[in-house]
Amino acid sequence: MAEPIISIDAVSKSFGSFTAVSGLTLAIHRGEFFSLLGASGCGKTTLLRMLAGLEQPSDGRILIDGTDMTGVPPYLRPVNMMFQSYALFPHMTVEQNVAFGLKQENWPKARIRDKVAEMLDLVQMAPFARRRPAQLSGGQRQRVALARSLAKEPKVLLLDEPLAALDKKLREQTRLELVKIQHRVGITFVMVTHDQEEAMTMSSRIAVMKAGAIEQVGTPVDVYEYPTSIFVADFIGTANMFEGVVSRHQPSQVAVACPELERELAVANAPPLPVGAPVKVMVRPEKLVLSRGEPQAQFNWVRGKVADTAYLGGLSTYHIELASGRNLQATQANLKHVDGGGPSPGDELFVAWHPANAVILVQ
Amino acid sequence: MTAIKVESASRRSSPGGRDQGRKGPAIGRRLPGGRFLVGLPPYLWLGLFFALPFLIVLKISLAETQIGIPPYKPLLDWAQAGVLELRLNLGNYRTLFSDDLYVIAYLNSLKIAAVSTVLCLLVGYPMAYGIARSSDRHRNALLMLVVLPFWTSFLIRVYAWMGILKTEGLLNAFLLWIGVILQPLQILETDLAVYIGIVYSYLPFMVLPLYATLEKMDRSLLEAAADLGCRPFRAFLSVTLPLSIPGMVAGSMLVFIPAVGEFVIPDLLGGPDTLMIAKILWSEFFDNRDWPVASAIAVAMLVALVAPIMIFQHFQRRATE
Repeated sequence: MAEPIISIDAVSKSFGSFTAVSGLTLAIHRGEFFSLLGASGCGKTTLLRMLAGLEQPSDGRILIDGTDMTGVPPYLRPVNMMFQSYALFPHMTVEQNVAFGLKQENWPKARIRDKVAEMLDLVQMAPFARRRPAQLSGGQRQRVALARSLAKEPKVLLLDEPLAALDKKLREQTRLELVKIQHRVGITFVMVTHDQEEAMTMSSRIAVMKAGAIEQVGTPVDVYEYPTSIFVADFIGTANMFEGVVSRHQPSQVAVACPELERELAVANAPPLPVGAPVKVMVRPEKLVLSRGEPQAQFNWVRGKVADTAYLGGLSTYHIELASGRNLQATQANLKHVDGGGPSPGDELFVAWHPANAVILVQ
Repeated sequence: MTAIKVESASRRSSPGGRDQGRKGPAIGRRLPGGRFLVGLPPYLWLGLFFALPFLIVLKISLAETQIGIPPYKPLLDWAQAGVLELRLNLGNYRTLFSDDLYVIAYLNSLKIAAVSTVLCLLVGYPMAYGIARSSDRHRNALLMLVVLPFWTSFLIRVYAWMGILKTEGLLNAFLLWIGVILQPLQILETDLAVYIGIVYSYLPFMVLPLYATLEKMDRSLLEAAADLGCRPFRAFLSVTLPLSIPGMVAGSMLVFIPAVGEFVIPDLLGGPDTLMIAKILWSEFFDNRDWPVASAIAVAMLVALVAPIMIFQHFQRRATE
């Protein structure tokens, strides 16, 4: 890919003795919908605020479109931010809020008017142009905040938990809408979120953060299917983990011996690891296949007892207890009507999976 | 009175206020008349300590003077058997307009109060801004310093200013010592001394409401302004200043209204030619023993002050809309 729109180069930020971001390096490409995902306090918001210029890095530097932003104040940066609280000016109308950034550039009045109208159309807020923020609902304020931060056509739009203040249903609708708007305007979006589902559905790439550093960067498929660390496997989705050691190498797979299981586990596409290396094997719940008859394969199956089931409509979740006491979680699509047919608590069954659906993680 | 206006305005500005009002009847149903009882004390208070004394003053302002105790004639009189005579003397009010003294004194009071209010605003705004932006650790100490002078009697503080401002006072001594002036300045007994006195005495009333509005202002608004390309000074003009208008209006009213009727400061610090309406009122009352004219001045002053209060309320309404 071409030169990244944002290069974060060994950036650190401390507040007193607390290190919010430590030695973080990251490149964000032009036109991406990029998410910074992590639990609260992992430094994701601090990183976003450093991109906006609201905080200065203690160390390292940030380049936006090739220009070093060290010491550049927020009002001179080619980025705009959508604040978590929206930060709409309460004494201005919707129109005036959207026009605010354009006025700072001393655009001619007619041009400002046209641009404001275009932005309000984009977020479907044109009928509310003369209202004040206090007269709008939460969802409407969110749209105005989006229009205001997009009006100046920034090189990058920074979004700080843009959907956190909305209720669940509206949040889900707005996800798709935000992605659609991003496609239309073609601006690079960098979003901070703690909601992994949000990051998965909206982003082209995700950086999973932990304690001021990046654990993994990749597409939603990468971070879900091929997590590179135990933290990421656990943080994104549900993970069934087995502890063991690499026992032998086979032509296209690695075998892992688990003390708690009778059979070896096989993992395809595993990184080269020496025999004897302690590892964890991770399998996602929907990759598990439940059967009443004993599987014929030599690898990757265990005997268990259904401890609990949860019917979720389209899916059912089964908690399966193994002889070792470990609990596995399996989800199955309810392709047929399940009334009476599916496994129920107390049933003995077999859990199996394909070597390509397991991931090896180094402990 | 002003304090009550501020309170009612702030109650209106609370977003939940209307809903709470709607929930009221449910309690009212359980406790008949409970809501009425709760609302009673402020009315009782206002009736007893504001409306009633005002009606007495209004009555005296419509009476005729007489030599005696009290020094005015009753309004109602038995003219002859069975005939009750009500005599309303509007002459006292005519006196206010026939003699230039009263109008000039009143206008001068308005001018002194207005200039003092503007000066308070100019001095108080940076103070309030500084306190609101200071660290949590310093904020309480700074607020304490603003309120601290109230611990000393107002009268003593004004007397202290006499010692500072008089020809052989501290200020002149200091200015002579550093060589800025060669002759001591006549500050005491001038309008300047009155301005200094009023600004000094009423500054906390300007600083506190301003501080309250500036302190609760969402800091992310200034970040948003900066993010949208607004330089700090322009952000102050287009965001901070307009959002602090309610505090500016509240502070200005708290300074302006009492300053119009200020008596102690012009009496002690001002000269004989510092005409203020409260000084005239005093001399009508105590020197001339003309209670009816003095009362008419008091009523006229109150009526004239209703105008700024209504402007104030108009601003408050607009700000909370």
